[in-house]
Amino acid sequence: MQKAVVANSANAPLLQQEVAVKAGRLTKVRPYLYVLPALLFFSAFFFIPILYIIYLSVFDWSLLNLEEMEWVGWQNYADLLSDADFHQVLLNTMLFTVATVVLGIGLSFLLALWLNQKRKLVAVVQASVFSPHIISLVSVSMLWMWLMDPQYGLLNALLEFIGLPAYTWLADTKSALLSLVLVSVWKVVGYNTIVFIAGLQSIPKDLYEAAALDRSTRWQTLRRITIPMLSPTLFFLLITNTISSFQVFDTISIMTQGGPVNSTNMLVYYIYEQGMDYYNGGLASAASVILLGLVGLLTVFHFWTMRKRVHYR
Amino acid sequence: MHQSTRVAARWIEAVLLVAVALVFVFPFLWMFLTAFKTMPEVYQFPPTWLPETWQFANFETAWSSGPFLRYVINSVLVAIGVLIIQLLTAVPAAYAFARYRFRGRNFLFGLALIALMIPPQVIFLPIYVELSHMGLINTLWSLVLPYGASAFGIFLLRQAFMQVPDEVIEAARLDSASEWKIMWRVMVPMAKPVLVTFGLFSFIYHWNDYFWPLIMTNSDEVRTLPVGITMLKAAEGGKQWNVIMAGNMMLVLPILAIFFFAQRHIMKAFVYQSK
Repeated sequence: MQKAVVANSANAPLLQQEVAVKAGRLTKVRPYLYVLPALLFFSAFFFIPILYIIYLSVFDWSLLNLEEMEWVGWQNYADLLSDADFHQVLLNTMLFTVATVVLGIGLSFLLALWLNQKRKLVAVVQASVFSPHIISLVSVSMLWMWLMDPQYGLLNALLEFIGLPAYTWLADTKSALLSLVLVSVWKVVGYNTIVFIAGLQSIPKDLYEAAALDRSTRWQTLRRITIPMLSPTLFFLLITNTISSFQVFDTISIMTQGGPVNSTNMLVYYIYEQGMDYYNGGLASAASVILLGLVGLLTVFHFWTMRKRVHYR
Repeated sequence: MHQSTRVAARWIEAVLLVAVALVFVFPFLWMFLTAFKTMPEVYQFPPTWLPETWQFANFETAWSSGPFLRYVINSVLVAIGVLIIQLLTAVPAAYAFARYRFRGRNFLFGLALIALMIPPQVIFLPIYVELSHMGLINTLWSLVLPYGASAFGIFLLRQAFMQVPDEVIEAARLDSASEWKIMWRVMVPMAKPVLVTFGLFSFIYHWNDYFWPLIMTNSDEVRTLPVGITMLKAAEGGKQWNVIMAGNMMLVLPILAIFFFAQRHIMKAFVYQSK
């Protein structure tokens, strides 16, 4: 901006110079005016809510009557931490997250190594693997409920066809959480794979040429070049997959409602139930703050390690 | 001999590739096939592959079991409304971040990046309380306004605006075009591919979204399609999987159609966040 003014001031006619100077003065406030609308929206629906949820978490309140709020201090947190159901919810969330992230990233890494080819057939396979990612979780959930139907579902029909006993899927406390993991992994693998492939393709070819000259084995090349060069991608996926696993809601709400016997109840669903169904706003807020803390920690960690890469390349 | 093992290996790989593709595509095919079966055929074990008689009536049953036209209109209004407001806020912000030096720029841009990381599920409660103070719960506004600013949109557009050559802007300034005009008439047209990318991303996200409309709405007039479709599941008298799958197709087909025609754009849009 400034450069434009300076570069042309030497031989520009006087009138134009004046215009440029006036524009220059306006320039001081102009960028703030341009950022303002977005900033207002972010404030109203992002920054203020973040502060507000912390505030709400030290009151006893309910959505039924927002006028009556009673200060209770740490009580909501104490209640949460001594509540066996909430322990179960935390445990479920952790198990679900670890399983989904490990399986989702592991499988997609292998798929990416395999599907990183420029062939017509492979392009079709890439698109197929990716397709669940853009489909609504509502459809995905209802579809998998039908596939996992214990009596008439396709999955049990296939199991029977290859001579295995029928599985209980969503109907049993031992298998329900794993079934939800399966659905989430199925949905996310395609996205991860495509991100990995993009990462693989950005590795400079001469590294591989050098490795080939050194007669490095495939395994050595993978360990010494591919994996280190992919580590930013891997790290990005670890963080984003973990954050989105913490948020799991749609599949629970549609497929299990947290059951059977709380075995698939996880953080966001718990917050939703406490806040919207049981009208226990305080407890729901405290649980939200805990979730916010977890996500915030991951975000800070993410920015801290990515700082050099993200800013103004 | 060597030649033939290589050919064999290639064929085996092709078969495996198709098998992998089927793991991800076959469930959709099963949705499609189920949507055309009769109830007795749905509850038959082991299941049949193709429907014995193709039953188009399931779609009528699904469509007439609720105000689905209303749901579809709401879904489109929300997805388009969100996109319009997001562009109106993102274009000036991105232009400022890309083309101006000003105090606090890095700080403000950092704030936008944080917004990219924290999902709405974490803070839906306080937003609900805010919106209910404003009297906006159970209106389409409650579905549109909270998404009015998109950090991802700002991020993408900023990147695109930074790549516009200085000469183009200088030339426009010499024609004494206003900054506002340069932004919308010069920069935006040059960022067209990115706008398409972002538009697809935003539309798909909001068309598919279930969580937000579930929380913010409680009557049919303002419900969107994903919430409406889950109502099919609650219908009395056993799960009518054929009708449910027929309803599901309403939600899935538009997206699959868009994906079919703009596959590369869409994959790029979703992958872009990783960079």
